[in-house]
Amino acid sequence: MSADEATGSTALAFFRERFGLDERQLADSLGTALERQVEHADLFFEYSTQDSVSLEEGIVKSGSRHIEQGVGVRAQRGERQGYAHSDEISAESVQIAAATARAISDQSRDPGRVAVRAGAAGRDLYPVATPPTEVPVTRKIDLLGEIDRYARARDPRVREVMASVVSQYRHVLVAASDGTLAGDVRPLVRLNVQVIVGDGRNMEVGYQGMGGRYDLERLFEPDAWKPLVEEAVRLGTLNLDAEACPAGTMDVVLGPGWPGILLHEAVGHGLEGDFNRKRTSAFSDRLGERVAAEGVTVIDDGTLAERRGSLNVDDEGTPTRRTTLIENGVLVGYMQDRLNARLMGMQPTGNGRRESYAHMPMPRMTNTFMLAGPDDPEEILRSVSKGIYAVSFGGGQVDITSGKFVFSMNEAYKLENGRIGAPVKGATLIGNGPDVMQRIRRVGSDMALDPGVGTCGKDGQGVPVGVGMPTVRIDGITVGGTQG
Amino acid sequence: MSALGEGRRGGEGRERGESRKRGEGDRGDGGERLRRTAARALERLAAAGATGDVVLVEADSHEVRVRGDEIDFVKQARERALGIRALVRNGDGTRSATTSTSDLEDDAVDRMVDETLALARATAPDPAAGLPDGGFAEDLPDLDLLSPGDRGVSVEARIEEARRAEQAARTADPRIRNSEGSQASSDFGEIVYGNTSGFLGSYASASHGLYSEPLAEQDGAKQRDYWMTASRHLDRLEDAASVGRRAAERAVRKLGARPIRTCEVPVVFDELTARSLLAQMAGLVSGYAVYRHQSCWADQLGESVASELVTVVDDGRLPGGLGSKPFDGEGLPTGRKLVIERGRLQTWLLDSYSGRKLGMASTGNASRGVGGGPGVGATNLWIEAGDTSADQIIADTPRGLLVTELMGMGFNPVTGDYSQGAAGLWIEGGEIAHPVEEITIAGNFKDMMRRIDRVGSELLWIGSVASPVLRVERMTVAGQ
Repeated sequence: MSADEATGSTALAFFRERFGLDERQLADSLGTALERQVEHADLFFEYSTQDSVSLEEGIVKSGSRHIEQGVGVRAQRGERQGYAHSDEISAESVQIAAATARAISDQSRDPGRVAVRAGAAGRDLYPVATPPTEVPVTRKIDLLGEIDRYARARDPRVREVMASVVSQYRHVLVAASDGTLAGDVRPLVRLNVQVIVGDGRNMEVGYQGMGGRYDLERLFEPDAWKPLVEEAVRLGTLNLDAEACPAGTMDVVLGPGWPGILLHEAVGHGLEGDFNRKRTSAFSDRLGERVAAEGVTVIDDGTLAERRGSLNVDDEGTPTRRTTLIENGVLVGYMQDRLNARLMGMQPTGNGRRESYAHMPMPRMTNTFMLAGPDDPEEILRSVSKGIYAVSFGGGQVDITSGKFVFSMNEAYKLENGRIGAPVKGATLIGNGPDVMQRIRRVGSDMALDPGVGTCGKDGQGVPVGVGMPTVRIDGITVGGTQG
Repeated sequence: MSALGEGRRGGEGRERGESRKRGEGDRGDGGERLRRTAARALERLAAAGATGDVVLVEADSHEVRVRGDEIDFVKQARERALGIRALVRNGDGTRSATTSTSDLEDDAVDRMVDETLALARATAPDPAAGLPDGGFAEDLPDLDLLSPGDRGVSVEARIEEARRAEQAARTADPRIRNSEGSQASSDFGEIVYGNTSGFLGSYASASHGLYSEPLAEQDGAKQRDYWMTASRHLDRLEDAASVGRRAAERAVRKLGARPIRTCEVPVVFDELTARSLLAQMAGLVSGYAVYRHQSCWADQLGESVASELVTVVDDGRLPGGLGSKPFDGEGLPTGRKLVIERGRLQTWLLDSYSGRKLGMASTGNASRGVGGGPGVGATNLWIEAGDTSADQIIADTPRGLLVTELMGMGFNPVTGDYSQGAAGLWIEGGEIAHPVEEITIAGNFKDMMRRIDRVGSELLWIGSVASPVLRVERMTVAGQ
């Protein structure tokens, strides 16, 4: 057996041992769902542990640990979906849920025999030596203590330090009526540092986080957490002296990495299969058309090792892959789950994701980024006579129908005659996705992925994602400052 | 709308918030079984020489969506979960930890209690931690949170409601040719809370909603908008056809929207967008934000923070309120308080922990989900209606912006800096002139609250937060 096959079979063994699930029972439950006229049925089992310790006022006041387990059963017929879930994992609860989910169809039939088997495809993009939730809590507590002391020693203006370590370890198993049987074991770790700084006149907040699907040990390395703390302190103190941000339409240079949130909002959501199947997206029916400036290539890739947005298989059991969405400015692909792929006559792309067993899967992004271009980042900055250089962002949001999207800067500077000027206060940028993508004038050579902090919300479901981008220059985007 | 954020609070979006604190209710012996489980966990905590509390929820819910003539999905669920908090005294302080599980078998509960105790012993003693010192709720009034007759509502009946809303939206205007669908949901819940000080209480509640989101199209441009209704009683929901029609009207009136030139003008927030200002206010008066220096109002208690037209009420016992509950997340009685009275900041919202940090008593605002310890939350929070009708407020505005939609997370509670994406309607000569989009509105929240110069005369309840139409005398609107 290759290391690749290990994750799927580990997950199956886990559910077999803990809940007595076996292939035959899974097939029986799918059979129950298929006693009505449905095209597809699937079962999604989950057992996940999450723990978190957080520090404030110099001490770790509390720790938490949560165990979430359950099963979701889905039946599909045409565009219809029936879904039932239970937090009890047993043959009986799965049968009840299957009988509920199939109620979207009122025509009976003989289901015949369903056989599920583990696929050969597989790999482990994120093996860990120790599950992060098994690392002794005292080590996490000690790390937070060190972070607190280091932050306070960095700058006397640091008033308050809040830091947390969050560890998650999830087992999932998918069985579907087409014979799919796939499992995954997903570690996820995250370190957050937030400081409140004050100079007696102003107060500000600085935040930095990092994480991914890797061994928690890595966060304990001073080479990992020290730069994180330094960055949080730098961002907070920088903004103490920030000037009011200008308001109006101007040229903006975005720094590399997390500003890739631009792509996530401006085009990413609009290229998810469900919105395009329903024709509610600003990008509907535009495959093959130019939707971005020449030189702009956008990829969604769920196969990057150890990244926060990566998955071995998606939550429908489809292996993830690298999907080109926009190639040299032309729209070439959508992100699909199975339902929307089937209805649109396309292939699933491994983007069927869900927050937990209590949610139905939807097409979602994994790691979405723009490929590097030819331009020297320094030279891009020098090319702007008057504008804004935005280095760091908070969050963003999009209306996929009108294409309008926003994202909020939290580190930005004035750009004057190609020189970086004074820092300006955080402000929201607003644009129209299809329009802004056409106004990308320069693409830098310094593509970078974000540090592993993104959580994407859609229809009330949060999933971890990644973004990335090189330095880019966009001409004419609206900056929501206060100085007219 | 879809959004990407850093999720700074540390979780992975998995925590069950207040809105999920719904349970099965008094059907059969659900409540009794939950109370037995609670008592078992509390006894085990006490036997270990610790104090603590437990919260149990049992939920029964369904949700349906109809899109066009087709059912899009039908979703049904039953869930139970237990949250445990262990408090271990150590010298002058108390160590604490919280855990949660959905496995409510006796041995699983025992194991979880032991794990919580072990985790608590690893944390640092905190002098402010602990259960409330007393004053637990004695009277548990019937707050009209459930119509027993609603329990029997069938999925088919809710599909029919969604279908009526969808048809009304689709036929309201020839420019409505598509939609994201119309959705109906019903949730029934039972919550049990108990602690080692002897309090054990429970209540049942329900929540029903109906939502419609049509698309309007014209000249190749598409716009979407929504309308919704929510209530604890099915028969108090707005009529389904009316929900669909209003959603359609809102989407159609956005057609032809365009940016405007950057300017400083009066900004009118409609009943939907004004709610977000109130939610931001709730964050600024939370005891946690105050003692952590995360509120730009932290040193303003007793002072004037808003225009005299602004009075903000928090009332956990509003009959039928979507934020009503007889006791809070620590077993203390909920009640009515003026948070801001004619512009003056009168109280923080506190649980017992943040109260101790600030040398004050809890205000009965502990919110508690299964997935964590107590925090502070508003119950039913609203701005008292004024005496100017929404139409009159627009008529009183020679040139300005009516905001009907806000986008993004551009609010910094530490500084009050506010910058949000917006869409709405341009007002010229006291009349609606044309729709606008791709603009931002910006200012400082502290100034914005002082500059509220009109308060509408009607309150719209579609959740636990409600605001009349508000006008801010001046903000920066960025456009072309």
